Amino acid sequence: MRNLNTNILKFDWKIIFLYLLLVFIGWLNIYATTKSHTHFEIFDFSTRYGKQIIWIALSIVLIILILFLDTRFYIQFSSIIYLLGILSLVGLFLFGKKVNGATSWYAFGNFSFQPSEFVKIATALGVAKLIGEKQFDMEILRNQLKVFLLITIPAILIILQPDQGSALVFLAFFFVFYREGLPRYYIYTGFISIVLSLLIIKFGFVIMLIIITLLCIAFLSYLNNKNKYNLRKYWLQYLVIYLIATIFTLSTHYIYNNGLPQRHKDRIDLSLNIIKDTKGKGYNTLQSEIAIGSGGFLGQGYLKGSQTHGKFVPEQDTDYIFSAVAEEWGFIGGSFVIILYMLFILRIIKIAEAQKSKFSRVYGYSIASIFLIHFTINVGMVIGIVPTIGIPLPFMSYGGSSLWAFTALLFIFIRLDANKSNEW
Amino acid sequence: MKRRSLLIYFFVISIGFIYITRLFYLQIISDKYKKQAIENSIKKKYSYPNRGYVFDRNGILLVANEISYDVMLTPRYLKKIDTLEFCKLINITKRNFDKRLQRAKRYSMRTPSVFLKQLSKNDYAILQEKMHNFKGFYIQKRAIRNYPINTAANVLGYISEVSEQLLKKEKYYQQGELIGFSGIEKQYEKVLRGVKGVKRYQKDNFNRIIGSYKNGSQDTLAQIGKDLTLTLDIILQQYGEKLMNNKRGGIVAIEPSTGEILALITAPSYDPNNMVGRKRSKFSTKYINDKINKPMFDRGLKAQYAPGSPFKIVNALVGLQENVITTDSKFICRHGYRYGKRQGAFMKCHCGISGKVNFNIAIYNSCNSYFSNVYRKTIEKYKSPNKGMDVWSDHVKSFGLGNYLGTDLPVGNKGLIPDGDYYNKFYSTFRWRASTTISNAIGQGQVETTPIQLANVTAAVANRGFYFTPHIVKKIKDIKLDSKFTTPIKTSIDVKHFEPVIEGMFDVFEKGTARSSKVKGIEICGKTGTVENFVRINNEKVALADHSIFIAFAPKDNPKIAIAVFIENAGFGSTYAAPIASLMIEKYLHREIKRKNIEERMFNASLQEEYDKQIINTKQIEKP
Repeated sequence: MRNLNTNILKFDWKIIFLYLLLVFIGWLNIYATTKSHTHFEIFDFSTRYGKQIIWIALSIVLIILILFLDTRFYIQFSSIIYLLGILSLVGLFLFGKKVNGATSWYAFGNFSFQPSEFVKIATALGVAKLIGEKQFDMEILRNQLKVFLLITIPAILIILQPDQGSALVFLAFFFVFYREGLPRYYIYTGFISIVLSLLIIKFGFVIMLIIITLLCIAFLSYLNNKNKYNLRKYWLQYLVIYLIATIFTLSTHYIYNNGLPQRHKDRIDLSLNIIKDTKGKGYNTLQSEIAIGSGGFLGQGYLKGSQTHGKFVPEQDTDYIFSAVAEEWGFIGGSFVIILYMLFILRIIKIAEAQKSKFSRVYGYSIASIFLIHFTINVGMVIGIVPTIGIPLPFMSYGGSSLWAFTALLFIFIRLDANKSNEW
Repeated sequence: MKRRSLLIYFFVISIGFIYITRLFYLQIISDKYKKQAIENSIKKKYSYPNRGYVFDRNGILLVANEISYDVMLTPRYLKKIDTLEFCKLINITKRNFDKRLQRAKRYSMRTPSVFLKQLSKNDYAILQEKMHNFKGFYIQKRAIRNYPINTAANVLGYISEVSEQLLKKEKYYQQGELIGFSGIEKQYEKVLRGVKGVKRYQKDNFNRIIGSYKNGSQDTLAQIGKDLTLTLDIILQQYGEKLMNNKRGGIVAIEPSTGEILALITAPSYDPNNMVGRKRSKFSTKYINDKINKPMFDRGLKAQYAPGSPFKIVNALVGLQENVITTDSKFICRHGYRYGKRQGAFMKCHCGISGKVNFNIAIYNSCNSYFSNVYRKTIEKYKSPNKGMDVWSDHVKSFGLGNYLGTDLPVGNKGLIPDGDYYNKFYSTFRWRASTTISNAIGQGQVETTPIQLANVTAAVANRGFYFTPHIVKKIKDIKLDSKFTTPIKTSIDVKHFEPVIEGMFDVFEKGTARSSKVKGIEICGKTGTVENFVRINNEKVALADHSIFIAFAPKDNPKIAIAVFIENAGFGSTYAAPIASLMIEKYLHREIKRKNIEERMFNASLQEEYDKQIINTKQIEKP
């Protein structure tokens, strides 16, 4: 606490400015989507936009609190915070409140709280703590299993709620692991599996099997021409790779068609253009695309968007907030917000890279990845190129839990960063 | 910077690039979404202008508007009502009520739809007082057509709801709107309807209106429909319709000096008021299905008949123009004309003269032999029958025959005037010549015309060589009449040839076939016709009673009216068509009929027996 005065100039004001700008743009558009004929007073706290003002005000309080705490608090208590996070998830199964079929919330009277938002902070701190240990080597399998376990526990607990969307966010940590030395083949395998799975779902397993076989034959004949010895020596390995690819293809096909709940399957099918259904399952996406499309280059003008004003896009103030931006502010506004997020995330990475303590760097990387994955999934869904996955757009979507969680996530890092000159 | 951080940099930048590209596609390249956005969020409300009125040439109102009332229903607001009382008020059964309710619910719970169309004035008056008992229902006013005089249904046409196919073609119309379906309502649709006004409203996802769209900057005002003045003389039209009682056929009367259609009568016809409001669908089905009387078939414009003897007038003019005869030419008639060596190659003649026939007698007594000679000489004047036929055909077509006349009525027929090519195809393996086609000389054979074409020929003769394209609209407020109706069209016959022909036509009334139809004080020129006609039943040619035909114009100098009368299966031209034509002329020129006995006979004459006989005959023949 005694450090605060000396540190206030060391806060990264650029990132704070970007944060404030995003929150402000978020609120403007929440106002546009939730105002009505009877409610247009800005400080009307019975409305959603009015409530968001309260959430923003409370965020400021939270920020001050976070910045007042000493950095050592975050480092030393990170394990405890992580455990508390896991406990809060477990507790849901006992005390949670069921909303929309998922037990994701605690309700205290009027106030409700979503622990999965808090767990992101806890996991980021936990991961930073573990990897931040001296001489923690990511190339050792034991260590790899440790970090995987760290993110898998909360992810599985969240999947059980069930809220697969929020669980997906934990994949973000692979960016961190890679940065900290996770062998490349994890990333390659992951990337190839994802691409392969999508291709299998889109084109069917028969075609994909044929393509894989042809590719193998082509590759082998290329190797054979180049170096006969190579093929003779490693033929067994090549055969195993081919078999794995085949088994992967078949099992993906099987799991996709038999293991996945129909609604998830529908969402994936819709975004891969395998099925078209604009009245039922694809309705949200279509309405969102219509709203965005109607914006044109310059937008319909603030508070003048016909789709936003007519409330055609469901959940427009929460998950689909970006469609309001793109309708009323047009291509210019939409691109501006996208670029803001890019700058925001790149700025965090840049700061993280400049950290002297490994803990701060890993933490910074974690939050950059979390923001990135939130942004990618949310905006991707709103513009219709990612399956419908209901997760909020950081700082802009309506809601207290998510705003505070993202704010805390960011400002803990700002606090850590401000202290970097004191650490050796 | 560590190399490993490149992955996330790369990822961030690619995502940014991909998403901005996608935005570019959605917002700038594709216009699909913009269209859907308008469909989503804009509700257009139309204000309908009054449709233009229609008057006859003397300013008598023919078509007006009347307010009708539609019962509208918004199912969501429907509260418990006394269904039985409601049904009684609007004259429907409980079952019908349920069906309509289901339909409205299927359409939309929140958007009003038409529950019952076009309530009568009386029903409305009673319902209006009790409307507050029936929450969810309301009454919407709407203008429908009203015809003060029951006449000229074929000319006036009717309006009805725009069809699915037309909706796709004509972007102006919305489902449920009215459009001119036939007659002048169709032809002058754009003039009569005006332009509807549009108000745009912003609506929300429940289809509720939440304000005006862009503060009404794109709204337009309705423009009222324009009134039409027709060329019809409605007194003459009604008189003609009365004369055609219980007969089938058409009468067309034209003012030669302008081409204005004074009367366009088809019989049987129908009451135009039957094609209005809720009655329409019932009656239109009935009329369309009546394949025997065909009340919706405008015989004046569409029926193609062989013209018969009146066509001799044209042949006489062609003969004179081609110099194959002069007014002094005489031909021998011995009760007929032998046109070939074969037995049966003989055309009978009833001109009653055995010996030399001159030009004048040939016309007023309608000598078949004389005109066979004229026709033959015309065709044989040229090196080949083909060429001769073409020359003849061109002359005949210059009277507006063999093609659409180009009137401002939406229906018509070409008729048929054969030329050389026609017979080359017809007789592809046979060498044809003038004698093969000799029936054309007397308006039988292949020649076919519609009544309006024949009336137009008469007008051209009355004008001594030119005509104006017949038309039905005399005046539109603020719009100039199409110049094609005010430009004379010349026939290929020189003016000097008309006088002797007209003299012959005049003598038709003085001493010829229409002596008995002579009108005191009016110099009428005319020509009778009796047309053989056949139907094909099981590939057998069966002769029906002859059609009775007459063309005439009057007065002889400075003609005011040219007329063609066509009566199906009425026998000799002189028995029905001639007296009816003379009565029409008398009515038009004198407004008063002195020959009450003839008038009475024509009013009462019915050919129903003859028509019934045809049905019986047909039936007998169809059964082997």
